[in-house]
Amino acid sequence: MSVTMRFGPYGGRYVPETVIGALDELTEAYERYRDDPDFRSELGVLLGHYVGRPTPLYRASRLEEAWGIPGGLWFKREDLCHTGAHKINNALGQVLLAKRMGKQRIIAETGAGQHGVATATASALVGLGCRVYMGRTDMQRQRLNVIRMRMLGAEVFPVDAGSGTLKDATSEAIRDWVTNVENTHYIIGSAVGPAPYPEIVADFQSVIGVESREQMLTETGALPGTVVACVGGGSNAIGIFRGFLDDADVRLVGVEAGGEGLSGKHGASLALGSPGVLHGSYSYLLQDPDGQVAEAHSVSAGLDYPGVGPEHSHLRDLGRVTYSNATDADALSAFLECCRLEGIIPALETSHALSYVRDSAADLAGPVLICLSGRGDKDVDQAGEALGIDASA
Amino acid sequence: MPESGADRLATVFADAGRPLFVPYVMGGYPTLEASARHAAILAEHADIIELGIPFSDPLADGPTIQAAGQLALDQGTRPADVLAIAEGLKGGPPVVVMTYFNTVIAHGAAEFLGQAAAAGVAGIIIPDLPVDEAGDIRDLARAAGVALIALAAPTTDDARMQAIGEQAEGFVYLVAVTGVTGGEMTMDDRLRALVDRARRHIPVPVVVGFGVRTPDQARQIGDIADGVVIASEIIRRIGDAPDAAAADAVVAEFGAGIAGALRA
Ligand SMILES: Cc1ncc(COP(=O)(O)O)c(C=O)c1O
Repeated sequence: MSVTMRFGPYGGRYVPETVIGALDELTEAYERYRDDPDFRSELGVLLGHYVGRPTPLYRASRLEEAWGIPGGLWFKREDLCHTGAHKINNALGQVLLAKRMGKQRIIAETGAGQHGVATATASALVGLGCRVYMGRTDMQRQRLNVIRMRMLGAEVFPVDAGSGTLKDATSEAIRDWVTNVENTHYIIGSAVGPAPYPEIVADFQSVIGVESREQMLTETGALPGTVVACVGGGSNAIGIFRGFLDDADVRLVGVEAGGEGLSGKHGASLALGSPGVLHGSYSYLLQDPDGQVAEAHSVSAGLDYPGVGPEHSHLRDLGRVTYSNATDADALSAFLECCRLEGIIPALETSHALSYVRDSAADLAGPVLICLSGRGDKDVDQAGEALGIDASA
Repeated sequence: MPESGADRLATVFADAGRPLFVPYVMGGYPTLEASARHAAILAEHADIIELGIPFSDPLADGPTIQAAGQLALDQGTRPADVLAIAEGLKGGPPVVVMTYFNTVIAHGAAEFLGQAAAAGVAGIIIPDLPVDEAGDIRDLARAAGVALIALAAPTTDDARMQAIGEQAEGFVYLVAVTGVTGGEMTMDDRLRALVDRARRHIPVPVVVGFGVRTPDQARQIGDIADGVVIASEIIRRIGDAPDAAAADAVVAEFGAGIAGALRA
């Protein structure tokens, strides 16, 4: 079976010639190892004993009651993964590929720092050097993760270009890869980038959807009516959606960053963007009429990105997935409700999905399954400041 | 029917009888007027002018060209402004524009290429459009009479060199280093072998760029290739000049120096 390079018209490999050979090499390695028993068992053991998979499916009864969710509200607990988010599923898969390809060095970009931490962790585990590109703004708002990456032995490389966020970090990581492609594997953190990355990342994340479909059937005897996930580049969303794409009766909803609201700054590329090329693939994108890529905005660093993965663009056009958005303010209030009613501090990214479910509860087909993509330890400084919660007496 | 861009480029290579000098100017850097002036000054010494249209996320460019492009964008430089510079260079050496794929498709590729052709542009270099993705654009460019200039790199294997050669128009831009713009090349066996390999597979002229800074390096490249592109070094010198008049003088002097080295 070959690797998907395009999703409808979206995707492709719009990158400098220098890295095309490496993309071919990655495609071949992936084709070769995807179903290789040794590879699968090595990854499977790690996912089970190191990451803690399968992650639990949890019924969030108090939020369900407070928000009036029909048929039950369920969390797929990716926040309980080792390192605190779904990102580790992909990082481990790719680092095992990198090892088999004989690469000596790992690079990554990160926004919220969760992918950076996951990649630093996976690199430490297999003994490969790791450099993570991170925008200066994100280093400030996710400083806990910067410290974690450094403790794990990764070099965190600040990026000052643009707004110092995920887009800029990704551009810089690609430039590093163009320069060091002969010995370096680039672990992209979301379902974005040139082919074959969107397919590889989606495949490594599809474990979320496969597990949760089975768990829903076991727990409730039925499939969910609606599956909701936040969308930055779209890796946790495509991961859970892939478990349900063929179930025509299951509504799928991706929630982008509404930022200050859609008339202000935001990260809602599927709502307000248009197709174009950023970071190697053709997909929806926030851009001006000349094709200059716009700066996104979100309270959550992981959704603060003007692009989105190509498979989401295709699913949008097909109408198979509905894409909505949630503002910074709404995500913050949902964040706090989740803390107070469930005793779970969710990531600010995830809080966008929570906010959507709360605010659309009346129209949702239940049961509702949310991908609880990550935990909010990294966000306590920022959310605390926004919500007026601090550590002073 | 007017002569196509590919024909105009072919004529320049055929007539020169020596390696060509292809300097790069970033449209809108440090100002639109200054970049138009620098292009005109370089046209006195150059065989082909490479004119950059700034893009927000230039993946193939190092810090120097990135910063120049960002400054140009911050000042409001638009693609049409840069095409107007090309228009002003009509009658001089052929102009090839260099920009990223999203700029080309933003208003529709056919429209963009038509405007470029109307501005007298002979060729276009799109560093994030590898040969396998170029199909539609190649057809549109050919229809507009603009040569789509392919890039090859040290990591390009023989089979891809062959494919690039089969589709090539005008010339092929051979990237001298594994990396982004703004580094420094060294003339060594590896680079000589690369140029040799490219020439074996590619029937059109091979022009080498990325990391060429000095007249000496230009001459070394000229000994083995059909031309040499110099970009970051020119931008760096413009940036270091104390004022506009000094920048103009620096550009003139540098252009004359490289042209002289390639004629020697
Ligand atoms: C917890 C969490 N959820 C979601 C995201 C968004 O990424 P994606 O859309 O790829 O899942 C991030 C990114 O950093 C994250 O840390």
